[in-house]
Amino acid sequence: MSGHSTYQPQSGFMKWMERRLPIGGLVHSSFVAYPTPRNLNYWWTFGGILSFMLGVQIITGVVLAMHYTPHADLAFKSVETIMRDVNYGWLLRYLHATGASMFFIAVYIHIFRGMYYGSYKEPREVLWILGVIIYLLMMATGFLGYTLPWGQMSFWGATVITNFFSAFPGIGEPLVTWLWGGYGVGSPTLNRFFSLHYLLPFVIAGVVILHVWALHVAGQNNPTGIDPKSDKDTVPFTPYATVKDGFMIVCFCILFAWFAFYLPNYLGHADNYVPANPAVTPAHIVPEWYYLPFYAILRAIPNKLLGVLALFGSIGILAFLPWLDTSKVKSARYRPLYRQFFWLFFAVCIGLGWLGAKPAEGIYVVLARILTVYYFAHFIIILPLLGIFEKTKPLPNSISESVLGSKA
Amino acid sequence: MKRIILALTLAGFAAAATPVLAEEGHDTPQPPRVKWSFSGPFGKFDQAQLQRGFKIYREVCANCHSMQMVAFRNLADAGGPGFSEAQVAAVASEYKIKDLDDKGEAVERAGRPADYFPSPFANELVAKAANGGVAPPDFSTLAKARTYERGFPWFIFDIFTQYQEQGPDYIVALLQGYVDAPKDFQVPPGGNYNKYFPGHSIAMPPPLQAGQVTFDDGSPQTLDQYTRDITSFMMWASEPHLVARKRLGLQVMVFLIVFAGLMYFTKKKVWSAAH
Repeated sequence: MSGHSTYQPQSGFMKWMERRLPIGGLVHSSFVAYPTPRNLNYWWTFGGILSFMLGVQIITGVVLAMHYTPHADLAFKSVETIMRDVNYGWLLRYLHATGASMFFIAVYIHIFRGMYYGSYKEPREVLWILGVIIYLLMMATGFLGYTLPWGQMSFWGATVITNFFSAFPGIGEPLVTWLWGGYGVGSPTLNRFFSLHYLLPFVIAGVVILHVWALHVAGQNNPTGIDPKSDKDTVPFTPYATVKDGFMIVCFCILFAWFAFYLPNYLGHADNYVPANPAVTPAHIVPEWYYLPFYAILRAIPNKLLGVLALFGSIGILAFLPWLDTSKVKSARYRPLYRQFFWLFFAVCIGLGWLGAKPAEGIYVVLARILTVYYFAHFIIILPLLGIFEKTKPLPNSISESVLGSKA
Repeated sequence: MKRIILALTLAGFAAAATPVLAEEGHDTPQPPRVKWSFSGPFGKFDQAQLQRGFKIYREVCANCHSMQMVAFRNLADAGGPGFSEAQVAAVASEYKIKDLDDKGEAVERAGRPADYFPSPFANELVAKAANGGVAPPDFSTLAKARTYERGFPWFIFDIFTQYQEQGPDYIVALLQGYVDAPKDFQVPPGGNYNKYFPGHSIAMPPPLQAGQVTFDDGSPQTLDQYTRDITSFMMWASEPHLVARKRLGLQVMVFLIVFAGLMYFTKKKVWSAAH
């Protein structure tokens, strides 16, 4: 999507088209000729996997929406009708439900890869921020979607999350009533959640286009973190990246199919097969696994408003990462101290996720508080200081030198 | 350092998990694992077992429990109890279905295969009033709506072993879990002590006793057999396309693994030019 296209249209039609709407040239320069660093490892294939998963979710979702009824009295039953009477409805629904989890597995790998190799640093700050926006939109979409089956966890999850907004002083109560469309979570809430759940994936797709655009302007980062200097450092996107991404997408599909066909309910909650009942509160209200670290942060803080602010802050702080990390060296490969703190941060996130699934009592609250403090300290204290005090290893002269080593 | 962090993390998990497991172990025991014909990648429902389970449902459970999302016709669906069309029509005709006639008058007519199983109570309030304030749960999704906490690290192993039968295991344990209450446990009025029920006081009295339902296929008429048969039937009612799902899953898996292999060698061939 940048620079002058080297595309030479072959057919008469494409020549005619190129003078009017150069879509062939756009595709060619973005996905064929686009130079990609030759040393990218398999962690770089998750962008392609994520695009694929977005497609899967949109296609299965659009078909599911043809059979779904967003009404408090009918939603649960319509989902069961999909499972029982719609041709391959069970397949569509399980692909869509486990697909959401797969989407998040891929996005977490993608985010941690970016953190490890410093992919957010100059000149990729906007690229990174667009990624954070996509992640936020994904979280919103996932939450809205989990409400739709209208089981017990759908209903109570929606109740707990929307109640966050009541924490804001003064405007809290009217704001929540406005969000609900009534004095409690009910049909109006479900109907608007359905509408938004259908809308947001297309907003995500739009931001993904910006994300890819920004990527193709700045160029991909790579495991060395140094920019390509000559043609020797890069290979054309097609066939090299295409076939590598394709291979990993197929591998990822094996994992996806394992869950969709054999463990379709593993990542959900049994309670969600109980129809929503406003009169009965489940023993433990637990969000989907991909929100658990943030749920732990929310509950670690005794004050509701501060808890909600910490929750949003823990995601919002990611947008400032390019400026919080003061190191000039991008890749953790050449940052021995950062590498250790990266893995420690990773462990803290897993720990918070585990605590988010536990009841907020006793030792769990204490642990959640310690890990929450560490989570923020990683961004606010450790990263700025590391850039100043860390002694980094020498960088290779070029990508091709680091790949081919003595051969070059 | 990486290893130290890993060790510390694991130790932290273990330390935090132990007291909870111990507590739960004392409170509510883990349901024992049952061997199910429908578990694992090649799982299938046992037709004879589903038919026995249906007999138990009809003669015992259906007196209180509805099954609103299952139709008579489903009894003849592939991968299910395997009734013939004629058998389904015969079963359906034994039920009375509330309907309106051509003049709009309320009538009761014999059931047809397209009808759904009628509920034992007119509505939820009636069901509540007749059962000590708690409506008996509907059977349509019940086997998937029940579970028990697996805890760390078992929930990770379950991904690899494909253990998905927490619900059925819990239901079997519950149906066999009626024992005398410990001396220090006060069972509230209207409650029945159950070893596996969270909180131990369950409104449902022991529903099944040995010899209660007659089997025509010579299967033992024991509580153990009854509980496994009815649970199998409940699992089918909750997941009627389970057999089709696992069969298609196997085909998809074989295809994907072969496809991944081909992609791998293609990738290797393409990249060999770059080095």
